[in-house]
Amino acid sequence: MIPLLEIKNLTIRFFTDDGVIHAVEDFSFSLPKNKTLGIVGESGSGKSVTALSILRLIPSPGKILRGQILFEGTDILTLPESELYKIRGNRISMIFQDPMTSLNPLFTVGYQIAEAVTAHQKVSRQEAKSRALALLEAVKIPEAKKRFNAYPHQLSGGMRQRVMIAMALSCNPSLLIADEPTTALDVTVQKQILELIAELQKDFQMSVILITHNLGIISEVCDQVLVMYAGRCVEEGPVSSIFRAPRHPYTFGLLRSVEKMIPIPGQLPILKESAVACTFAPRCFLAAEKCRQGEPPLFDVEENHQSRCWFHDQVQI
Amino acid sequence: MSLLLEVKNLKKYFPVTSGLLFRKTIGEVRAVDDVSFTVSPGESLGVVGESGSGKSTLGRLVLRLLMPTEGQILFEGQDIFSLRRLDLTKLRQNIQIIFQDPYASLNPRMTIGQILSEPLQLHHVLPVRQIPERVNELLNDVGLAPQYANRYPHELSGGQRQRIGVARALALKPKLIVADEPVSALDVSIQAQILNLLQALQAKYHLTYLFISHDLSVVRHITNRVAVMHFGKIVELEETEKLFKNPFHPYTKELLSAVPLPRSQMG
Repeated sequence: MIPLLEIKNLTIRFFTDDGVIHAVEDFSFSLPKNKTLGIVGESGSGKSVTALSILRLIPSPGKILRGQILFEGTDILTLPESELYKIRGNRISMIFQDPMTSLNPLFTVGYQIAEAVTAHQKVSRQEAKSRALALLEAVKIPEAKKRFNAYPHQLSGGMRQRVMIAMALSCNPSLLIADEPTTALDVTVQKQILELIAELQKDFQMSVILITHNLGIISEVCDQVLVMYAGRCVEEGPVSSIFRAPRHPYTFGLLRSVEKMIPIPGQLPILKESAVACTFAPRCFLAAEKCRQGEPPLFDVEENHQSRCWFHDQVQI
Repeated sequence: MSLLLEVKNLKKYFPVTSGLLFRKTIGEVRAVDDVSFTVSPGESLGVVGESGSGKSTLGRLVLRLLMPTEGQILFEGQDIFSLRRLDLTKLRQNIQIIFQDPYASLNPRMTIGQILSEPLQLHHVLPVRQIPERVNELLNDVGLAPQYANRYPHELSGGQRQRIGVARALALKPKLIVADEPVSALDVSIQAQILNLLQALQAKYHLTYLFISHDLSVVRHITNRVAVMHFGKIVELEETEKLFKNPFHPYTKELLSAVPLPRSQMG
């Protein structure tokens, strides 16, 4: 069976005045149908850039240098713009971190959802309206009829994020990319939104890529998790096995900083040239001579579980 | 032991108005509604609640950035709302704040050195020529090299900027620091760094914290007692460990159960 999405050797660089920044380096993963993948990493690890590249939305001066992004077998990177429009927002849709800045303050939320419907489907205005209303109900907005004519500023943060989700679902996408969907929200509202995403994932039979820096969120909703560090995948595997026994010191450090408030020393490097050593070595408690001499490959440590560490069998919780 | 801060029946209602030309009050928002608590020197009290629960309004009242509708706040036995001029200036030295967003709370046109020396100049606490030395000392306290004094905020990462926010709050050697969501804009790995820094500084300078946050796991790590706010009222006030082991109020239970933990589903 072909996976829904397959990324192969993706390399993204930003050509800035200060030099070339290696944002994403030789990055690969595949996502089966109806599965939820979590991508974790700190700000600057390249997780958002990877998400944007799936819809070919990398802002200048960023460029995709190499690689393939296969969505249902077709390479998104070589598609002409006109074909891309048919996928973007239709087959693959995306929700962003801040629901206030991603909604247009001048239009009612109902109008904005209906607009997303008519952009991709040949339906009458009336029908688009009723679809939009049904979507508002699907994302469990109370009194959907009344809220249909509300402007974004009249809704709370959680409600706005629900509207964003309704808009993203308007064309029954097979892939939903959620970039930090709950970071701007309170814990109790965050929980509701995560439950909603998990529920809709089943109802709409989609795959979800959830991008976050919060490991707790990953464990609530994801099947598979991928840890990014300095533009690379450093560990990938099923949520249960990674959280029970992380095999990369960075994942270990992240877990420890959430659970025991023991920080990881130092900070994320900004890479201006190709790495010749392990990028995590300067912050790593296991670092040895070997780590400073060569970059480790991804080792298979268990079934479906990979780690980019020379000493992956010495990481212990 | 004498109390550092005593809040008595504090109320803050904001009017809700309508009409563009003829403004009239049609209602009120009870942001803080009859809140009382005390803080001892050296203690750190957490205030948790959702957005809109009134926790930030409470912080602003303690700083006297807002005047209350009713009630009193006593700082070392003095009513802060009746203070005038010089006494108020003195109060402002003793109560400082760390803001949530280290990107918005530092002036982009000032160097770190200027940012840190501004409070020292405004309050005339040091002769001018001793200021650079004090700035170095502050940078050292928050774990940054002295060279940072010549840099601008945009050259720093989020965690480093928040360190500057902490250093600025420390500049006047305050007794009480109100920390309003000091780590919620930071990555988890950096959050722990800042929290540990705040703890180390508390021990070193005998600081008292009023720690406002919506994140219970952060509060658990750093506070002795926690006040849970809900719609302007304190619904539960308990020692931190007891609260986490044995939450009493249903709202506290709901808050606790909402925190996503990496290994909550596994034994």
